[in-house]
Amino acid sequence: MSDLREKDHHVSDRTDHGLVSATDQLVAPSRMSPGQRAFNTVVRSREFSILLVLLFVVAAATLSSHSFLFGGNGWRDLLLTPSILLLLAIGEAVVIISRNVDLSVGSVLGVTAYLTGRLFIDVPGIPIVVVVLAGLLAGALLGLVNGLLVGFGKVPALVITLGTLYIYRGVVLTWAGSNRINASDMPSSFGDLGTASLVTIPVLFLVALLVLLVVGYYLQTARGGREVYAIGSDPAAAVLYGLRVRRRVISAFVLSGALAGLAGVVFAARYGSVSSSAGTGIELQAVAAVVIGGVAIFGGSGTVWGAAIGAMLLVTINRALPTVGIPDFWQQALVGALILGAIVLDRVLATRRARRLVEARDEEPGEPVPTAGATA
Amino acid sequence: MSTDLETTTPRSYASYTRPVWWRLLLSREAAVVAALVAVILWAIYFVPFFGNQLTMTFLLLDVAPIMLIALPMTLVIVTGEIDLSVASVVGLSSVLLGSLVDHGWAVPAAMLVALLAGLLCGLINGFLVAYVGLPSLAVTIGTLALFRGIAVGLLGTKAVTDFPQRWTSLAKAEIGGTGFPVIVVPFLVLALFFALLLQYSAFGRGVYDIGLNAEAAQFAGVSVARTKLVLFVMTSLVSAFAGIYFTLRFSSSRGDNATGLELQVIAAVLLGGVSIFGGRGKLPGVIAGVLLIGVLSSALRLQGTTVNVINIIIGVLLIASVMSTSVLAWFSDLTARRHNRGRNQSGPTTLAPAGVGNPKEVDR
Repeated sequence: MSDLREKDHHVSDRTDHGLVSATDQLVAPSRMSPGQRAFNTVVRSREFSILLVLLFVVAAATLSSHSFLFGGNGWRDLLLTPSILLLLAIGEAVVIISRNVDLSVGSVLGVTAYLTGRLFIDVPGIPIVVVVLAGLLAGALLGLVNGLLVGFGKVPALVITLGTLYIYRGVVLTWAGSNRINASDMPSSFGDLGTASLVTIPVLFLVALLVLLVVGYYLQTARGGREVYAIGSDPAAAVLYGLRVRRRVISAFVLSGALAGLAGVVFAARYGSVSSSAGTGIELQAVAAVVIGGVAIFGGSGTVWGAAIGAMLLVTINRALPTVGIPDFWQQALVGALILGAIVLDRVLATRRARRLVEARDEEPGEPVPTAGATA
Repeated sequence: MSTDLETTTPRSYASYTRPVWWRLLLSREAAVVAALVAVILWAIYFVPFFGNQLTMTFLLLDVAPIMLIALPMTLVIVTGEIDLSVASVVGLSSVLLGSLVDHGWAVPAAMLVALLAGLLCGLINGFLVAYVGLPSLAVTIGTLALFRGIAVGLLGTKAVTDFPQRWTSLAKAEIGGTGFPVIVVPFLVLALFFALLLQYSAFGRGVYDIGLNAEAAQFAGVSVARTKLVLFVMTSLVSAFAGIYFTLRFSSSRGDNATGLELQVIAAVLLGGVSIFGGRGKLPGVIAGVLLIGVLSSALRLQGTTVNVINIIIGVLLIASVMSTSVLAWFSDLTARRHNRGRNQSGPTTLAPAGVGNPKEVDR
């Protein structure tokens, strides 16, 4: 602490004498070629290290049991099983980047999964596209309720979405009762979607991938996406800067709700049977995937790419445990350990980065530092 | 803030000019207690069999775990943190008790191990939050999965249901013929302990200071990290105790015992008037909040309403109770503007919700 204060003192000294301030040095243009820079960015990124862990898990599971990857459905299941969590994690990532959290996604998934089945039963011959749109719309509507309550209530999203988690689940429980939607209630063409593949890649995974690309590209490049990051890193500053915080936060919740709605339709297509408890507790997995993927829980940093890889990793670990001889009862404990590991790692990296920045400020070359001995 | 400096009159709190009874009557806690009384009266008059002694006994038996955990949880939320792992600690302590008794241990010894496990869980939570400086929301989501995972991993899909009769009947016993179950005694002791701790000890006042401004509390001499560690340890200890009670009451030890209980505890605490931003809240309100949820669901169940509707009601109550604060603030803001007092009471916008914290603040 005292160290820091002294350094600040030096900086102000120098500016008093009309010298260049230390920050100029930190933003100097890189001398590397663009290709080299891009390579470095990717390799050093958080996402890349999670991808390595994912590849390691797949490799380890395949080594101990060949069928994990090369068996009858190995490759298909590797991509198909995470599709639902993938969709949820993308929406959750956007909400968490804006320094909020959406705990109601599991209940939204339950509502739309049941809605999907109900539509097929109540409206015979309804086109699949309409059902998908209905799921998206219903999810978006439930997300809008969350967003409006958070945006106008000045109440933390944690509490609001905890409440709507209860309410939406209560709605689907009341609506469904002990009814169950079975595969025979839905058209076989819809059920086939759950297993269909395009060039060995399952269609449902392609859907999730498409959503990922669109949302990821938007967050990375579009003005709205960058504003979500700005809001997440400092909501008060975002207000002062003139960003329309409320609108962006509401849109983030609508997106998360809509994707949860889509996930509900995917759920119905994938499993063929839907009960009122569909998706119970999956919200914690979504948050876990996002956190493992390197999105800071207090917003403003991380990418949906990371969240998506985090979701893949979670599900793959779940499937890999039995093949390497660990009873899958232990899966949840491992998930917990992974979350803790991810946030501790985040902490360590952030501290190291901060220290390096301070050092870089001190080791400014060619500057006479008046009292260098004191800080060394 | 700057307006405070410009005014020359000595600073005083507007509400403190009113008499004590008036202030108590207008408090958030009074509103919850009033709602509780109203619901009880409604239930006694309009719900058949609600006035029975048996109903009250079962109500208290059912609500006891939530009540117990809500006490320390209140203190945790007042500091601006949150503990989502309590239900998993309940499950872990239940599984430990069950599997040790299954292996032929004496019940008191198994209880001790369960409590020690709770202590350890609290130390892990508290260390990561208070000394490593991680946001408690993320930490306790992690430990929620971790502790639950250990509980499920230890017992698998098995369930231990064979407990000595003496202990299981103790969990359900009544004090004399009053209809009050025995669990009320430890609850009252703990409630008194936590109320005294929060209201009348330097430690408790420090809890409020941390919730209002952790940095200022640090400079005022409050040991922020130690206080948080102690609170997380106490929460997990009480949760472990609730787990023991839960196991004996239902004579069942399973890995998935009390799943989702954390949401009910937090809903009850927030309903009781504790601010999710920290720094505000009292125990009487919280106890009333827990009882309100308990009475409401018990009465509705007697009326034949299903659990689903009760879920919806709990959710609506939770949202309504937290929204009421901002709606009231908005109203008082409006009237203040009309009376041209020119005071901006719409509340600070930079406050971070519980458990998320401000990353800069956490950096020490």
